[in-house]
Amino acid sequence: MFDTDRWKEIINVLKKNKLRSFLTAFGVFWGIFMLIVMSGAGRGLENGITQGVGQIATNSFFMWTNRTSEPYQGLRRGRWWSFKNEDVEFIRRHVGEADIVSPRLFAFGSGNNTVRGERSARFHIKGDYPEWDLIDPATVLQGRWLNQVDIDQRRKVIVVGEQVIKELFNVDENPIGEYIRVSGMYYQIVGVVKPISNINMNGRTEESIFMPFTTMQVAYNYGNQVHLMGITAKPGYSAALVEDKVIAIVKERNKVAPTDMQAVSHINLEKQFQQFSGLFTGIQMLTWIVGIGTLLAGVIGVSNIMLVIVKERTQEIGVMRAIGATPRKVIGQIIMESVFLTTIAGYLGLVAGIMLLEGFNYVLEMAVANGNDEIFIKNPEINLTVAIACLMVLIISGAFAGYLPAKRAVSIKPIDALRAE
Amino acid sequence: MITLSNIHKSYHTGANNLHVLKGIDLEIKAGEFVSIMGSSGSGKSTLLNILGILDNYDKGTYHLDGQLIQNMSERKAAKYRNETLGFIFQSFNLISFKNAMENVALPLYYQGVSRRKRNAIALEYLDKMGLKPWATHMPNELSGGQKQRVAIARALISQPKVILADEPTGALDTSTSYEVMEILKEIHSEGITIIIVTHEHDIAAMSEKIIKLRDGNIGDLIINGDLASFKKNYAKELQTV
Repeated sequence: MFDTDRWKEIINVLKKNKLRSFLTAFGVFWGIFMLIVMSGAGRGLENGITQGVGQIATNSFFMWTNRTSEPYQGLRRGRWWSFKNEDVEFIRRHVGEADIVSPRLFAFGSGNNTVRGERSARFHIKGDYPEWDLIDPATVLQGRWLNQVDIDQRRKVIVVGEQVIKELFNVDENPIGEYIRVSGMYYQIVGVVKPISNINMNGRTEESIFMPFTTMQVAYNYGNQVHLMGITAKPGYSAALVEDKVIAIVKERNKVAPTDMQAVSHINLEKQFQQFSGLFTGIQMLTWIVGIGTLLAGVIGVSNIMLVIVKERTQEIGVMRAIGATPRKVIGQIIMESVFLTTIAGYLGLVAGIMLLEGFNYVLEMAVANGNDEIFIKNPEINLTVAIACLMVLIISGAFAGYLPAKRAVSIKPIDALRAE
Repeated sequence: MITLSNIHKSYHTGANNLHVLKGIDLEIKAGEFVSIMGSSGSGKSTLLNILGILDNYDKGTYHLDGQLIQNMSERKAAKYRNETLGFIFQSFNLISFKNAMENVALPLYYQGVSRRKRNAIALEYLDKMGLKPWATHMPNELSGGQKQRVAIARALISQPKVILADEPTGALDTSTSYEVMEILKEIHSEGITIIIVTHEHDIAAMSEKIIKLRDGNIGDLIINGDLASFKKNYAKELQTV
């Protein structure tokens, strides 16, 4: 099958017809190039959002309190209220569908609330249970996360975000075991964390100080108040269902009208994620529509150019036949030229597209490395199987595009081909 | 070599039916040098195309080298065109993107001769035509006479039995025409059958036999000795003008 002479002939013909070869090749190149770039960008957006979400529990919801908007059981509207420790206990005991119930206290205040030696800064202070880590995990860079002993003994220990360390410590200092003053009290640092997800509850994780919930409640006179609860549904249960049930319970226990829509704010990640996955499906569909469209445009382009080429070469084909070329040789020659050209051009388009994506990726990574974390496109990449399948389709259609007009050119009488102008 | 009997050929264009050849009977022996003449529309090119298996005919029989040429598959026809026949056209019909040597070598490519070998043979033939220095020139860098000589070399390279030339001097000036005819005579002297179509009397007069077509039939057949008188006749015509 492999015939050096034939290939030399093909390459020779293509080299001698540079513009024509270039135009054909460019159509194919562009088709594949666009397909790669489009689907790579789509995939990048998906990757970016997926990674931004990190490992946050997708079957969870968070709720916190607001002023009531309706009078109820003799209580006026506009009343300030908050969840209680007893509410947390009640939910843990009576709502079987709830898995983790993690209460939280938080404070931000005004002015610098954190001091170490001569340095001071303002951070988000959060009182948490160890279970919080199961809802929104963070990477522990040094030391440990909060544990049950911290809760039970109301230990004055804190876990801090990495930004806290950067602002209060020198680079060469080990923060673990050091004491810092947070809102007037000294705490020992037991761990440093870095967020995985870029979904933040009550302020950015890297700028947060986490202390045991019980410690915070007692130290800053919060009584039995709970500011926020993070709750996950047990496997097999819908978070939305648990959410409705839990909110109804806390409203009833705190004498809030069941119809009061303002008193309890809540965000349901399950719903958010459904929207995300809908978005991904949309992006993927768009990528496919655009991809198939581009591919089709490439195929039509190749067919079109091949038609023109064969038309243009009718007389040449006539000459070839007059001096003894068999129809098979003529058709073979044209198809091989077309396939050779589409393969090379398609491959170049593939490489150029991937190179562009890699370059884009490099720029993004540099931007992220320089501390810009607002970027939500990550690792734009291309499914190689899809790319190669598209290339195959282009090659086959290139062959087909060459075959039809070539077939017609050899089906007319040689003398008519010779006379064609 | 060539035997035609009762060849008919019509062209259909829409409702019109143009009967071009109306029963041609003709025999051309191996080694003859024949010219076909006739006014335009007399069917001389059509006849040559049928002889070259570039066109088909409607009725009658055509034997080439003892073989009946009829309803032939394109593959077989290509083989005949490649091995038995050599074509020379009025407009040269060189492949524009191949140089002189590659053009000459092309028929051998279709025979499957290796590139190196066929290029060497092509150079040999170009040398015979006195065109060796122009071997790497493209057709558009050659004069008309040079192009026609390249085309002749291409026709000869497959060592055909019959050379068919359709107005080979039609696009050339007189002195170049005579040069081309000299080359054809030389080829003829090597024993190859040559059939040319021309409307120029002086060109036709250089062949051994003239077939004059008139309205799709053979009008005059001027052979050998008669040719001298034809020449005289022609000279007379020239004088009266």
